Parts: sequence; C-alpha cells; structure tokens
Amino acid sequence: MVTNITNLGRSGLSDWLVQRASAIVLALYTLFIVGYLLFSPGLDYATWSGLFAQTWMRIFSLLAFVSLSAHAWVGLWTVTTDYLKPTGIRIAAQSIIILAIFVFLVWGIQVLWGA
Amino acid sequence: MPKCPAAGQESVYRAVNSKRPVNLDLSTIQFPLPALTSIVHRITGVILFIGLIFGFWALDASLSSAEGFASVQDALAHNFLAKLIAWGLLSALAFHFVAGIKHLLMDIDIGVTLEGGVKKAQITVAVSAVLIILAGVWVW
Repeated sequence: MVTNITNLGRSGLSDWLVQRASAIVLALYTLFIVGYLLFSPGLDYATWSGLFAQTWMRIFSLLAFVSLSAHAWVGLWTVTTDYLKPTGIRIAAQSIIILAIFVFLVWGIQVLWGA
Repeated sequence: MPKCPAAGQESVYRAVNSKRPVNLDLSTIQFPLPALTSIVHRITGVILFIGLIFGFWALDASLSSAEGFASVQDALAHNFLAKLIAWGLLSALAFHFVAGIKHLLMDIDIGVTLEGGVKKAQITVAVSAVLIILAGVWVW
C-alpha cells in the first residue's frame, strides 16, 4: 500500500473514507443550516442564539467543525500535492493550511461555548 | 539507460522511449466536461476554505450579542459587497455540494461508465446552475 507521511490517515484508502464520512456530515449540516435560515424569515437574535444554546446543536456543530477540519485537510492536501511541485513551497503552503484549520477549529469551539 | 528486460520487447521499449511529439499546451486541449467539473470541484473547495473567514466571522458576530446579530443582518440586507460575497460563497457551496453528491454516487457504482460520466457532469452543471440562481434570488 502506498503511504505518505504528510496526508491525514497515512494511506490513500483512509483519506478516501475520511473524505466521504466528513462529506456526509457536512452535507447534512449544510442542509440543516440552509433549511433553518430559509424557513425562519423573521429570525431574531433570541431564537438564533437559543438554537446554538441547545446541547444537540452544539454537538452537531462541533461534529461539523471537526469534519470540516478533516475534509479541508484531505482536500487541500490533495490539491497542494498535485499542483505545488517544489517541496519547500508545498510544505510552506501545507503548514499555513494546517495552522488556518487549527485557528478555524478553535474559533468555532469558542463561538459555540461562548467567550 | 536501463537494460531492456527481454529481446522480444525491445521494439516496444524503443517505441515507448522514442522522441514522439508531445503536446502539453493545455490551451490547445479541449477538456471533456467531466474534467471541467472535476477542476471546478477543486477550485470551489479552495474558495470555500478561504470563505470560512467570512462564515466564522458571521457566525461569531451573530451569536455574540443582539447588536452583533443586527450588524450581520444589516450587512446582508444593505451592503452590496457582503451580498456579493454571500452569493459567491453560496454558489461555490452549491457546486461543491452537487459535485460531491456525484462523487458519492460513483462510489456506490452508479453511472461509472463513459456515457454516465458525461451525463452526470451535465446534471451537475445544470443542477448547480439552478441552485446558484436560487441563491442569488435568496441573497437579493
């Protein structure tokens, strides 16, 4: 089996599965958020923050953010590995991407549990 | 030059290594539709990642306080640039979503033929075009 030390699961098959599982979570979360916004025309702060105060919504959102982190890394790793051939530039780009994903994840957790 | 494995394969070996004309000028190559939807899937993925800055900003602001919620609402209602970004990101999301569903269908062996690939690429373009227009209607 072909392994690579920089991808998420150290094997293409593992990354393939992670990408599919995270895609399904993200698809469900997207449908939920878009559906919620579409069917709440006069949405106010109390209702919106009330939604995100629910434990199930925080769990669903955190699951989506973690899935997003994995999904973004597998996807952007693939894209950067395909198009950025010079090793130095690729490693630099991938490092920035990992840092950005980490920032988004911590930011997301902070939004969910309030600062 | 590595040694040729067997005498009978020498002609094949020479043909493969011959200096045949190679065209790598992408601007002269007509890409089939599935190739185009594939690259757009990648491009929209990169756009969505960059767009997360706006998504998390809007989520953070809208949940921080009633004033923050009002500022996000106001930006999406009156700020042209905010509307444009929202529409752009919704469009990228729509395409990425539909193309992703196409991938999942292929994973369960639906339409994994040359004709099926072209047809699914056409459906991907058509469905996302409709969703992009609907997203524009939603934003404006």
